[in-house]
Order: sequence, then structure tokens, then C-alpha cells
Amino acid sequence: MASESGKIDPMYQFEIKPLFELNLAGYDISFTNSSLFMMIVLGAIWLFMAGGMKQAIVPGRWQMAVEGVSGFINNMMSSSIGPEGKKYVPFVFSLFMFILVANFMGMMPFGIVPGLHGFTVTSHFTVTGILAIMSFGIVLVVGFWKHGLHFFSLFVPHGTPWWLLWLIPAIELFSFLVRPFSLALRLFVAMMAGHVLMKVLAGFVINGLNAEALWVTPVVALPSFILMIGITMLELLVCAIQAYVFALLTSLYINDAVNLH
Amino acid sequence: MDAEAAKLIGAGLAAIGAGLAAGGVGNVFGSFLQGALRNPAAADSQQGRLFIGFAAAELLGLLAFVVAMILIFVA
Repeated sequence: MASESGKIDPMYQFEIKPLFELNLAGYDISFTNSSLFMMIVLGAIWLFMAGGMKQAIVPGRWQMAVEGVSGFINNMMSSSIGPEGKKYVPFVFSLFMFILVANFMGMMPFGIVPGLHGFTVTSHFTVTGILAIMSFGIVLVVGFWKHGLHFFSLFVPHGTPWWLLWLIPAIELFSFLVRPFSLALRLFVAMMAGHVLMKVLAGFVINGLNAEALWVTPVVALPSFILMIGITMLELLVCAIQAYVFALLTSLYINDAVNLH
Repeated sequence: MDAEAAKLIGAGLAAIGAGLAAGGVGNVFGSFLQGALRNPAAADSQQGRLFIGFAAAELLGLLAFVVAMILIFVA
């Protein structure tokens, strides 16, 4: 597949390479480029938050930026859950910030420095799967903690006619169990698809520039390059939208657990 | 038919699903705009629902992409 289109393999960017080999009781826990980028993401979030958490009476620009993001999540939680939503703001805020910054870190042009390779943490199903399992787990814990076995009434919506009682709970249970998969799959595939698309276009540009026939560069490479700029803008939009959608769906699921339909 | 050729044709057919999902996403945003232009005052309060609809429509297109990727790289 890759051999036919020059030397550009669009899947190479997702390869996980160990930076330091580490083993613990037979398990491979090497420090990989994925862990490195998670550290960078955490560092970036920490810098952003530390610079803005001054609690000045008259906020500066940086504090306004931090308050803008946290106020955004705060509004979302209180509009979708209600007054009880404030308790879950820290969780959803951390989730949102991690996904947002990880998505943007993957779009940063680290590759222009020789020897460095950019890496998108959220383009791996293991990472997004763990994030989705966390938000699914918090739904289960909160639901059973608050309502006990009454939580199962989530599967019987109000106004279900008695003759559909055999079908509706099964459908509701299925759609409930599918949630972590859809949550994880959406983020992972959206990030992976965008990055594959950009690498395929980059392959067109490079192979078009290297082609022997002179007409290839203006006909193939130049339009691909212009399209790639547009796709990059679109990807930046998708980065923000996917982080928002993840946080929004998590808040809706927590709403189910808190208020039971 | 060669098995490799069948895989590639299947991956191409999966792209139809991505195109249909594009129509779905366009429908979500188009309908939202239609409603929002008639009653701009109520538009901001419905943005959450807009993105829920967007996410649901987009997921199916992404699943089509997953099917294509599995056919090309895994199967």
C-alpha cells in the first residue's frame, strides 16, 4: 500500500516508540512518545492554569482566559444538570482541558524541528477508551450511590406503554452500554481520520514536487497544498468540537445518573 | 475475485457511508440555521442540542471510516 505512493506512509505517525525501556514484573511500562506528549499536555495545562488562578478582583487577560474556559464548562454543567452539576465541574473541566490541549498538541508543527515527531495522544483508542471508561464509571458510581437499585428505572422511561415493557428496557440498556464505546470511538476516529487525511495530502504535495514531469507540480502539488491549509483549519475546528462534544455528552450522561431522566 | 481486490472495493463502498453522514451533518446544521434565523433569540440556548445532533450524525460517518480502515489495514 505504502510502497506505491512514494515513501509516505500515513499510518507511521501513530507508531508508539519507547524512549526509555522500563519493565515492571514482566510488564512493559516503557516511557513512550505517547507518555512524553501526555506530560507535555499536562505541563501546558498546568502553565495555563497556574498563570490564571490569581483570583485578582480586576482580572488580567490571562485570568480572563482561564475564567472564560472554566466559566464555559460551569455554564454547560449547570444548564444540562442543574444546581447539582457544580460538584462535577472539576472532573468534566479536567477531561475537557486534557482532550482539548492533547488535540491541539497533535496539530502543532513539531515536525519542522529535525528529529522531533509530533504525536496525537487522543488518536489512540487506548487513551480515549480510558477517558470514556472514566466518565462511564463516574455515571455508574454516582447513579448507584444516589439512587441505589432505583437507578435501574433509567431503563424504563416515563410513559412507556405496558405492552412495550419487554422491548424498551432492552433497547435502553443496549444504548446505555454502548455509550463508552461511542464516546471513545468518536474522539479516536475523528482525530485519526483528520491526521491520516493530512498525511495523505502531504504525500501528494511531496511526491508532486519530486515528480519528473514538470506539469505535476502546479496541477497536483499546489492544489493539494492549498487544500491542506484549509483542512488544517478544519482540523483545528474539529479538535475544539470533539473536546466540546466529549464534555457535553459526559455532562448529559452524568445528568442521567443524577436526575434519572 | 481476488481477496485483496474485494477488500479494497469494500473499503471504497464504506466511503459511501461517510458521504451519507456528511449529508446528515449538513442537515443538522442547515436545520439549525433555518430555525435560528427565524428566532435568533432562542438560538443560543439550543447550541447544546445542535452539537448532540452533530455528534450523533457524525459518529455513523466515523464508523464507516473505521470499517474502511479495518478492511485495508487489519482484515
